[in-house]
Amino acid sequence: MTIQRKAVSLISGGLDSMLATQAMLDQGIHVEGINFYTGFCVEGHTHAIRKQDKAKPKRNNALWVAEQLGIKLHIIDVIEEYKDVVINPSHGYGSNLNPCLDCKCFMVKKAHQWMDENGFDFIITGEVVGQRPMSQRRDTMPVIQRESGAEDRLLRPLCAKILPETLPEREGWVNREALFAFNGRGRRPQIALAGQMGIADFAQPAGGCCFLTDAAYSNKLADLWTTRGERIYELDDIMLLKVGRHLRPRPHFKLIVGREEGENRFLEGYRKQFTHIIPVSHLGPLVLIDGDLNTGDLEIAARLAARYGQGKNEASVRLEAHIKDGDNFEMDVRPYQVDEIPVEWHL
Amino acid sequence: MTHHKLDARNILCPLPVIRTQNLVLTLPPGDTLDVSCTDPGALCDIPAWCRINGHTIVEARVTNPDTNEVLISIRVGKK
Repeated sequence: MTIQRKAVSLISGGLDSMLATQAMLDQGIHVEGINFYTGFCVEGHTHAIRKQDKAKPKRNNALWVAEQLGIKLHIIDVIEEYKDVVINPSHGYGSNLNPCLDCKCFMVKKAHQWMDENGFDFIITGEVVGQRPMSQRRDTMPVIQRESGAEDRLLRPLCAKILPETLPEREGWVNREALFAFNGRGRRPQIALAGQMGIADFAQPAGGCCFLTDAAYSNKLADLWTTRGERIYELDDIMLLKVGRHLRPRPHFKLIVGREEGENRFLEGYRKQFTHIIPVSHLGPLVLIDGDLNTGDLEIAARLAARYGQGKNEASVRLEAHIKDGDNFEMDVRPYQVDEIPVEWHL
Repeated sequence: MTHHKLDARNILCPLPVIRTQNLVLTLPPGDTLDVSCTDPGALCDIPAWCRINGHTIVEARVTNPDTNEVLISIRVGKK
């Protein structure tokens, strides 16, 4: 009797993992998907927060891909475990605070654990040799196999023919000849294969799927670590870095200024945790203050808050300050003019 | 059969899906679960997760447009 072989597929929601999974399904392999939530995933968050993005589909692309392929998807919360990957990457960062190689090692390792716990036979990914400058290079792909512990149970169907044979191929669970030899950054082979497989709709994420590859986001995270004096974070910290305009007028405090209604609504959920300022005399943003205020700091914060409201050109604007675990009071301030705000205050 | 409730408000997708998934895994077939969320993406994501994992969506609706609050009712299927 033939044994039904089972593979767990790392599903990002993009085209490559979709194609790799479909290639296995076409060979009669039972495939289930796995998707890891690190807290830095671009997926969904900003769309959910920002009102101007309401026209965009709110779908989670990994779930959508799984449904298109007709496979189960297991979404795993790795927020806590992932901190060590971000804070102490043994292979270093990419051009920003993106620890791509450590990240891939971590995810394949987690998938390998899941494989063992659930009686699956091997792991597949949508990796392509040369596709990414850090984690998908000919010299780093073996590192992932080795450091994850997956070794030759890690199969990359899209470029398998230009890599050493893996266990599923050697054992005949998978026909190596029916796999692919994609190489490089070009997307044409994948687009063509999608056409052959009848896949017409797929996500084309702009700028990657992780906030850590974003320079502005990484700068804000670096600022957080610098001003706190240690490289730590909680989920709320990294969520708030995705939202609003961040200004740091003094080393010991910064402002998070909502840029539109959706962001203001999101920031409202944090009011109890932060000293904050709300507009009174004019429409304006909710402003959270992260840090401890010294004498005179609240006026700086209020003048900045007034700058981003509709009274920005008035001589005086009334705001209400809510001190964390303290009093609420109204204050009248002169809004900063644009040339009074040093560029270096903007994070 | 038991009815359960899950408060997944004030967290963003995919966390409401993950919380739903992790609770459903502990429930027997036939039990029902109401999930409250404030991320409107949950209206798409939780039903998608249910469809691919064999659970039934009894109802999915916006309950408060001002706060984006949505309610998704699920009947647990066979695992």
